[in-house]
Amino acid sequence: MDTWTFGWTLALIGMAGTMLVLWILSLLILLLKKLFPYRPEAPAAERK
Amino acid sequence: MESALVSGLQGLFLGVMNLGWGHVLMILVASGLLYLGIHKGYEPLLLVPIGFGAILVNIPLADMMGKEGFLRFFYDNGVLTEVFPLLIFIGIGAMTDFQPLLENPKIILLGAAGQFGIFLTLLLALAVGFDKLDAVAVAIIGACDGPTAIYVSSKFAPHMLGAVSVAAYSYMSLVPLIQPPIMRALTTEKERKIVMGVVKQPVSKTTKILFPIVVTIFASLLAPKGAPLIGTVMLGNLMKESGVVERLKSASENEIANIVTLLLGLCIGGTMEAGQFLRGQTLLVLALGFIAIGLDTAVGVLFGKAMCFLTGGKINPLIGAAGISAFPMSARVVQVEGQKYNKKSYLLMHAMSANAGGQIGSVIAAAVMLSALQGMGIIGG
Repeated sequence: MDTWTFGWTLALIGMAGTMLVLWILSLLILLLKKLFPYRPEAPAAERK
Repeated sequence: MESALVSGLQGLFLGVMNLGWGHVLMILVASGLLYLGIHKGYEPLLLVPIGFGAILVNIPLADMMGKEGFLRFFYDNGVLTEVFPLLIFIGIGAMTDFQPLLENPKIILLGAAGQFGIFLTLLLALAVGFDKLDAVAVAIIGACDGPTAIYVSSKFAPHMLGAVSVAAYSYMSLVPLIQPPIMRALTTEKERKIVMGVVKQPVSKTTKILFPIVVTIFASLLAPKGAPLIGTVMLGNLMKESGVVERLKSASENEIANIVTLLLGLCIGGTMEAGQFLRGQTLLVLALGFIAIGLDTAVGVLFGKAMCFLTGGKINPLIGAAGISAFPMSARVVQVEGQKYNKKSYLLMHAMSANAGGQIGSVIAAAVMLSALQGMGIIGG
């Protein structure tokens, strides 16, 4: 593989791949937050 | 007796007699690193051992990096095996709080844009004549992440480890000087004044615990070559968030990180022997590293502008500059710049989200790069 084919291929895969992986991660975070929403702890007196 | 005395005395001066201009110059460079670390406070934890290691390795005949040298042992067993940077990653994971990112996950995209400098610098490095794997090692300075740069360069271009590491750590500490002019040049005053609303979305403990596990499995499946990088950061973070292995977490972020930082710094200094370091190529590495971090900032800000446009002006493009891995330094830079133009603007939490995204982004970018290199047949499986 010549230098420029290598360079452009790696640059394009690298930029698109990094963006894609992080975008999917953001979706996974949203999914986790939906599945396990935050619930404030009930005050101690209420729990009794 | 007389000749033995003369020979003995000559032995005392052998070091001086073998001292070349290169050694002297490198001892001056090392002293400069010590000055930056001690007097200026730039990354002292790294620059002090690096500077001292560079002095040690430039003492003629001391043979510190020789076959049985003191530094060679740690270099062969800690750097070439990639163990040192990976142990540091566990400590980084244990120290990092991903809460701001979990609260505002769309900002993670800025952490991807902040890595584009890596790939653009790769093209520049190839254009100025670096061969393929050397260009990869130079480009990774753009990750703005010392351990990632060390991991990649020790794997593919160990002869450039000293220059790449020094560039990575020096420029990381210069982020407050490098970023602001670029941020100002690429944004309008109106954009810099944008006040971003408060994002208050508390995150459950379960989400915080599952996050490192999910990231490790998902990202490692997509980029298996980067599994050691991703896995170690996320292991550290899991120990922090689970709260059940306090001793291990504490050891990772303190004792282990400290010992490894010391040895890693000495080893990097050990690669700065005059014959290896004083080459035109080193200057090119330093210049390209500077460009890489500038490009990261520029692309991050431009991506921030795009998000600003798409959200109808709700995002201040300045936070794009925090999409690099220099945590939390670049988030602070964004906060300071924002406040210069609008005293009512508090960008810190948003910038911290982008900065946490940059930390993950740098590791993911390296992982994607390694897996692409494997896929292209440039490196072995």
